[in-house]
Amino acid sequence: MKLSTQYFGEIHQFKSLKEVLAKANEEKSGDRLAGIAADSVQERIAAKAVLSELTLADIRNYPLLSPEEDEVSRIIDGLINGTIYQTVKNWSVAELREYILSDETTGEDLKRISRGLNSEMIAAAAKLMSNLDLVHAANKIEVLTKNNSTIGYKGTLASRLQPNHPTDNVDGMLASLKEGLSYGIGDALIGINPVDDSVESVKRLLHATQDVIQKWNIPTQNCVLAHVATQIKAVQQGAPADMIFQSIAGTEAANRSFGINVRLLEEANEVAKSYGTGTGPQHLYFETGQGSELSAEAHFGIDQVTLEARNYGFARYFDPYIVNTVVGFIGPEYLYNSKQVIRAGLEDHFMGKMHGLPMGVDICYTNHMKADQNDIEDLGVLLTAAGVNFIIATPMGDDCMLNYQSLSYHDIATLRQTMDKRPAPLYEAWLEKMGILENGKLTKHAGDPTIFNH
Amino acid sequence: MGMNDPYNKEELDALKANTPARIGVGRAGTRPKTDSWLKFRFDHAAAVDAVYGEVSEILLKRLNLFKVKTRAGDKEVYLRRPDYGRKLSDEAKRMIEAKCIKNPTVQIIISDGLSAKAIEDNVEDVYLSFKQSLAGAKLDTGTPFYIEKGRVAVMDDIGEILRPKVIVLLIGERPGLVSAESLSAYICYKPCLGTIEAERMVISNIHKGGIPPVEAGAHLGTVIQKILKYQASGMSLVKKENEEEMSAESV
Repeated sequence: MKLSTQYFGEIHQFKSLKEVLAKANEEKSGDRLAGIAADSVQERIAAKAVLSELTLADIRNYPLLSPEEDEVSRIIDGLINGTIYQTVKNWSVAELREYILSDETTGEDLKRISRGLNSEMIAAAAKLMSNLDLVHAANKIEVLTKNNSTIGYKGTLASRLQPNHPTDNVDGMLASLKEGLSYGIGDALIGINPVDDSVESVKRLLHATQDVIQKWNIPTQNCVLAHVATQIKAVQQGAPADMIFQSIAGTEAANRSFGINVRLLEEANEVAKSYGTGTGPQHLYFETGQGSELSAEAHFGIDQVTLEARNYGFARYFDPYIVNTVVGFIGPEYLYNSKQVIRAGLEDHFMGKMHGLPMGVDICYTNHMKADQNDIEDLGVLLTAAGVNFIIATPMGDDCMLNYQSLSYHDIATLRQTMDKRPAPLYEAWLEKMGILENGKLTKHAGDPTIFNH
Repeated sequence: MGMNDPYNKEELDALKANTPARIGVGRAGTRPKTDSWLKFRFDHAAAVDAVYGEVSEILLKRLNLFKVKTRAGDKEVYLRRPDYGRKLSDEAKRMIEAKCIKNPTVQIIISDGLSAKAIEDNVEDVYLSFKQSLAGAKLDTGTPFYIEKGRVAVMDDIGEILRPKVIVLLIGERPGLVSAESLSAYICYKPCLGTIEAERMVISNIHKGGIPPVEAGAHLGTVIQKILKYQASGMSLVKKENEEEMSAESV
């Protein structure tokens, strides 16, 4: 494995694959925090140059975290299709990038080749790609999943309606929910983050959301995003959940800090299939985000882009209905400003899609970051162009429970109308029946939550 | 402000009364109305400004709290380096060692975190009702103090020095638009170096528009009693409760 390169007469020498992968990243405060970022811009490009010449076999043969010591590595390595791997193992990372971008290569080709790649290889390709590379490549890949209704079709943009309330007040939650429905939001999911992570609270919110879905015959699905163990209990006690949610991470140790492991997630999947109200075949929902492993002090000196890719390698083992990165929620110590958030959003979406996952994004920022609403609207446009499966939306972009800003209900409607996207098919039919949408445009009744007042 | 012509005006007012969320805001085409948009930008501006505030000496004096610092120097360093906010400075360790009662049942600590305004507006009510609730349950408390520029896991450093059964950390949350003054209470049974996040419990959204501070203080007292009964917090507490339920069912 060649770990050095020469440019303008200067020799850049790296010690390990781990170092090359870290230094090849675009600038991120999280890699600085971990003490693994490139020291200069030239060193960053040198690392990219070294990485471009390594082979996929090099990456597999020198694991950053071996399958023997880490459950996530075991899952990822165990999923590699040996036949497909044999056909690509001698490719350089540059060749992988160019294959992904080639006009000859279709989305189906990418989904096929993905089965012979591990997460580190996909991360490596992303590190050589520009923002527009990431948009263009991801847009090739169509991933369809179904719980009660199918999302992910080309030409559609779905959304998660997130009607959170600071005290889990059911009437308050329903008020935000109705406002969202009136803007055509919620085809991917109606999903609530509870303040109170108790079984009783989760059951209450599951019943309230499922009642609305039943009453108005909405072709969608519900979920309450408590800890997986709490949801398992609520569902076993008869609460109507279409799917079960959990935040995941890219190392076994980080997952342990979330109180989860493979067995628990398998159990969640079984419980959702046996007791949940969703039709399936997909029954799980995962959230990820660059920096969570470092935040849990379980990153093993691996950079946050590579670790994020490992989230997706782990996630695909469970065949989830939806996955989204919460890009920008974690704070300025991992993604300092809008430039870093935009880059991370495009990387995560591409890497998720390259793993064959139904990727969505919570495009967001906190108030201690150097970013504002204009920046995330930009990322919304970029991700819509990249064919993102779904985007999270809140009333006026302000989540009054989690205390951060995401995109607004308005923004989903605007992205659809500006960029010629439709809601998921069944949901669009429902919106037309309700008189909210006509020929892909909001009607005069749209944006009025009181149309659900009877 | 907001929608011009709702289908049912009374219903819209009722919906808006139930939540601080920005609903019934109306639209210009698919975009927000101008006044709704500017209100949003104004509130964001206030939240950004709240991050950079400081807790007053007057409040610390009134609550009889001495002040220690973490390893984070200025605010920019604090924002970029949470690891510094999780570690006490050497001087802080010496002061805590010298001034605090060791091995209390409950140790209360307070930190500005990402919103000094959360401490200024809410901590007094939470603290006093919590103390009352602990006294009612006849639980002893250690010597409380204030930590400047702290993060949640700073409690592990304090657990190592003081060895309390339970630590309660009242800390400012990162400000939101509806509330730049939201407070969280993080609770952990015997925190120490190496404690994992799933062992911590949190009551968040403590402020006048969320969980009222006095109510939160009383609720904290109840939570502490449960933690002491099971000698566990977080996921370990859930696990022990489940085991108890299972054994109750099998009987």
